[in-house]
Amino acid sequence: MCLAIPGRITSLQDEDPLTRSGKVDFGGIQKDVNLTCVPEAKVGDYVIVHVGFALSVVDEREAATVFEYLRQMGELLELKDPGP
Amino acid sequence: MKYLDEYRDAPTARQYAAQIARVTTRPWAIMEVCGGQTHAIVKFGIDELLPKAITLIHGPGCPVCVTPLDLIDKAIQIASRPGTIFCSFGDMLRVPGSAADLLSVKAAGGDVRMVYSPLDALGLAARHPDREVVFFAVGFETTAPATAMAAHLAAARGVKNFSLLVAHVRVPPAMEALLASPDCRVRGFLAAGHVCAVMGCAEYGPIAAKYRVPIVVTGFEPLDILQGVLMCVRQLEAGRVEVENQYARVVRPAGNQPAQDLIRRVFEVVPRKWRGLGEIPASGLGLRSQYEALDAEKRFGLASHDTAESIECLSGLVLQGRIKPAECPAFGTACAPEHPLGAPMVSSEGACAAYYRYRGRPPVSKS
Repeated sequence: MCLAIPGRITSLQDEDPLTRSGKVDFGGIQKDVNLTCVPEAKVGDYVIVHVGFALSVVDEREAATVFEYLRQMGELLELKDPGP
Repeated sequence: MKYLDEYRDAPTARQYAAQIARVTTRPWAIMEVCGGQTHAIVKFGIDELLPKAITLIHGPGCPVCVTPLDLIDKAIQIASRPGTIFCSFGDMLRVPGSAADLLSVKAAGGDVRMVYSPLDALGLAARHPDREVVFFAVGFETTAPATAMAAHLAAARGVKNFSLLVAHVRVPPAMEALLASPDCRVRGFLAAGHVCAVMGCAEYGPIAAKYRVPIVVTGFEPLDILQGVLMCVRQLEAGRVEVENQYARVVRPAGNQPAQDLIRRVFEVVPRKWRGLGEIPASGLGLRSQYEALDAEKRFGLASHDTAESIECLSGLVLQGRIKPAECPAFGTACAPEHPLGAPMVSSEGACAAYYRYRGRPPVSKS
């Protein structure tokens, strides 16, 4: 139910703040999405969409942290434990 | 797809699993709150990658599963009325009520429709002014903004033939109810990322502090869940109890302000009965008095009545994380997706459905 998937905004259709909407591309499938809760979102942004509503704009910088976390953790362990 | 495929990278997943094994010195039970996370864990076999000392307990985060029986009976009553179009998310149609399910109402000629969004139901009301259109509003805080928007637009546009059967629930009170139970085994939580995308992280600080449990806001892809587990285990091993955010690419600490404003405008916090957990104070969202005209229970004069759950179905224990689905004697025999006894076998987020689909049926005993 809380399934929400990322898609890229390809166009904005309605700029009325109450009904702001746009086309969002999900790997080749285009859907109309309500954008009222992400007033900052613009064409090209990736948004997380749930039941036709965009709930968040994906932060590109934060998106890589899952790959950096292990490396940072490794460096931290090395700092603490210089080894034999 | 971007922002999905890269979070399923197998070599990185193995590195995470190795790191978790390295930092784990004692047994820990961690609950993933959301049914979406449960499905990812079972589908990708994440639990099987973890060291034996780490147990993942599946939480109650499946709104379809926790919708109480008497509300499903009310849905069936409304859907059976002539001149009604009853709209629901697909998962809800096969959930058994006391005597029937919504799909059997449809089979008997009722106009029951599956919709993708509450706004689709509002659109149906505009296209069918001579019919009563009712939307079965289930879901956590993730879904509440969409329902709130439909209610707000219906009121603003003066749509008279649209109403809502509201079953919305809130996650933090359910976590507290589980933690307050004397035999609670949960030592740390992976909080539901998309609920937090709406509500932010602030509600979890007091829970972490009061019950001394680390809470890691976590996403839904395999690497998200593995990183969430690693962050949680590191806190447990170090004796820290903090709220951390693994899913920062989507979750801002304060959540989504316009979505929260929508929820607050339309809903107020109410007590709510959860299937399998009983009534939990402040765990639901109900329509504010300004939106009472949209309340389907009032519009159709439906009274609550006592309902008895199937005694064969142990979904209450599954939803509390006390047993795994396959430990239920009915699992895969009396209860299967084609003939479910309880909602967790129906919902795409239900723990029983996940085990049935990805772990197979229990072996048939040779006798």
